[in-house]
Amino acid sequence: MPIRFASKPGLVVYLTAGDPDLDATREIAVAAIDAGADVIELGVPFSDPLADGPVIQRASERAVARGTKLSDVLGLAAEIRKVRREAGLVIFSYYNPVLRYGLERFCKEASEAGVDGVLITDMIVEEADEYLKVLEAHGLAPIFLAAPTSPDERLARIAKASRGFVYAISRTGITGAQQTMTGDAEQLVKRLRKYTALPIAVGFGVSKPEHVAALGEFADAAVVGSAIVAIVEASAREDAPSSIARFIKGLRPAVALAR
Amino acid sequence: MSTAANTPAGVVAGRFGAYGGRFVPETLMAALEELEHAYAEAQADPDFHAQLDLLLRDYAGRPTPLYYAQRLTEELGGAKIYLKREDLLHTGAHKINNCLGQGLLARRMGKKRIIAETGAGQHGVASATVCALFGMECVVYMGEEDMRRQELNVYRMRLLGAEVRGVSSGSKTLKDAINEAMRDWVTNVRTTHYLLGSVLGAHPYPTMVRDFHRVISREMRTQMLEKEGRLPDAVIACVGGGSNAMGAFFEFIEDKNVRLIGVEAGGRGTGLGEHAARFQGGSPGVLQGTYSYVLQDDAGQVSLTHSVSAGLDYASIGPEHAALHDSGRAEYVSADDNATLEAVKLLARTEGILPALESAHAVAECARIAPSMSPRDILVVNVSGRGDKDMGILARELNLKGA
Ligand SMILES: Cc1ncc(COP(=O)(O)O)c(C=O)c1O
Repeated sequence: MPIRFASKPGLVVYLTAGDPDLDATREIAVAAIDAGADVIELGVPFSDPLADGPVIQRASERAVARGTKLSDVLGLAAEIRKVRREAGLVIFSYYNPVLRYGLERFCKEASEAGVDGVLITDMIVEEADEYLKVLEAHGLAPIFLAAPTSPDERLARIAKASRGFVYAISRTGITGAQQTMTGDAEQLVKRLRKYTALPIAVGFGVSKPEHVAALGEFADAAVVGSAIVAIVEASAREDAPSSIARFIKGLRPAVALAR
Repeated sequence: MSTAANTPAGVVAGRFGAYGGRFVPETLMAALEELEHAYAEAQADPDFHAQLDLLLRDYAGRPTPLYYAQRLTEELGGAKIYLKREDLLHTGAHKINNCLGQGLLARRMGKKRIIAETGAGQHGVASATVCALFGMECVVYMGEEDMRRQELNVYRMRLLGAEVRGVSSGSKTLKDAINEAMRDWVTNVRTTHYLLGSVLGAHPYPTMVRDFHRVISREMRTQMLEKEGRLPDAVIACVGGGSNAMGAFFEFIEDKNVRLIGVEAGGRGTGLGEHAARFQGGSPGVLQGTYSYVLQDDAGQVSLTHSVSAGLDYASIGPEHAALHDSGRAEYVSADDNATLEAVKLLARTEGILPALESAHAVAECARIAPSMSPRDILVVNVSGRGDKDMGILARELNLKGA
C-alpha cells in the first residue's frame, strides 16, 4: 500500500514498540491514526540506540527489558493493519536486530504483515545494495534519512534510493525535543527538492504546534517522536491512548477541524 | 584489503573481507568522508609523516625496546620470550601512537574540539595529553563503572585539562561510552573530531587507527632481525577493540610462518555476559558503525560483558580481526580473570615489570604455551601498557587470594 499524506502538513508518529507493552503500543497507534496521524513508525527497541536522546533511550531500555523482539513488532504491525487499513506503517530500526533476524525473512514477514516501508537508522545508501534489492522484491518502501550535513551529491543518492517519503533531519543531533526549529531544516528541504518529487517529512525535535505550523510552510509532513514517547512515559497505561490523541489533535488544530 | 578516497560510487571502502564498512547515522557521513580525505592527503604528505615521527620519537619515546625476558623464559622453561615494551611509552600504553596521529590530523582539519571514549582510561589519558600538547578542548566519555575501577586515570585526565563525562547507561563501560561519544559527535560534528581509540567504528577508523599503530610491528620486525637474525615464531597480543594487536600483527601478515595470536578476555565464565570473548560466544552483527563479531542474543540485542580489565570489556571487536579470524591467518584464544591476575604476578616477580591487566592477558597466553615449545622457538609478547592504573584492583584481588 502506498504511503500517502492526506493533509498538509502530514503527520508521522513514532512509537517505541513495547513501551510500556505491546498491547498498549497497539492501542496508542490506533488512537494516533484516528487523531490524524498519516503514518505510524514502529520503533524496534535496541540495546544501543546511539542516534537517540534520553527519552527514546529510556523507552528502548524498558522495551528491551520486557523482552520485546523484532518478531513481536511485526506481529504488532499486523494487528494494527487489520484494524486500520489506510494508515502508513513503517518499521523503524537499528540494523542489527534486522540482520540477526535475517533480511529476507524480515522483509517477507513485514510485507505479509502489511508494513509499507522500512527505515534503518544506521543504514546509508552506500551500504544498501543488497538491502534495496530485498526490500524491492517484497514491495517495501526504503526510507532514508537526509541530514543538514549531507552534501548535494549524497542528497541526490538518498532521494533516488528512497520510496514513500524522504526523512529530512531538522538539525545535527540526536532525537529529542527542542524549543525552536533551526534554519537547517528549511535549507535541507529546499536542497532535497531539487532531486525528488517524493514527499519530504521533517523530524527530530518536533514537539509543538508552532513547529508543525512552521514546517508546514516548506515540508510535506512532520515527524513527531520523542514528544510522543515522553507522553507515553508520563501517562498511566490506560490514559496513554487518549493523551496521545489529544496531543496529536493539538498539533494541527486546523487539520483536525477539516476532517 | 582497504582502499582510500577514490572509491567508485556504490562500493564502500574499508571492508576487510565481509567485515567493516559504514553503518552510521547519515549526519556523520560528511564528517567520515572529510576524515577519509584528510587522512588520505596526510598519508601522501611527507611533512605529516615527519611531524608524526618526530613526536613519536621525542615526545612519546619511540622506538620502544624489544626486551629479551630471560628470567621469564627460564621460569617457563620453553620458548625464548621477548617483550615489546609499549608500556614504556609516554602515558603508559600504546594508545599514544594513535592519539598523536589523529591529533595532528584534527589540527590539519581545523577542528579544535576533541571527544574520545575510554575504557581503562589509557586512551582517555593519551587523548587528554595530546589535547594539552596541541591546545585543544578535550571531552572524554567514560562509563561510571570504569571511572570507579580506573579512578587514577580519571584524575590524570582532569589534571591534563580534559573534562571527563560519566556515562550511566547500559553496563556503564566502554560500549556505553562509545554510544555517548557518538551522540556528542552527531550533535557537534561540524566543530568536533571524534578521536576513536581502537580499530573500531566506521571506515576510515579501523584502517587509520591500525596504520597509526603499525609502527609497533615495523619496529618489532627490525629489532627481531637485528637480535636473532630471523622472525619470531609467534606474536601474542591482547584484543579489546584490537588496536595494539593490529599494530603488533600487521607487518607480519604476509609472513605465514609467524603465528599471530590474539587474546580476548575470558572473564569469569563461559556464559553470555560473563566474558568478552567475541570469537567464542559472538556472531557477525553491526555495532557502533561496523560489521564484525558481536556478543548478542537471539534478538540481536547486544550482550553485557565482563572482564577484570576495563580495556578488554567490550562486546565487539575490530573488523580486520574478524577477517583474520575467518581466514585463519590469526588465532584467537582467551585468558580468564584468574589466569590474568596470575600473569601479572609472574611478570612482576620474574622481570620486575608490572603489566596492565589488558596486557597481562597476552602474558597469560604466553605462560600457557611457552613451556611446551622448544627453546629454539621465539615468542614476542606485546606489553601494550603498564599496570600502575590497576593497583587498586590488584591490591583488592590479589590480597583476597592471599598473595
Ligand atoms: C594497556 C591497554 N592494552 C590494551 C587495551 C585494549 O585496546 P586494544 O585492543 O585496542 O589494544 C587497552 C584499552 O584500554 C589498554 O589500555
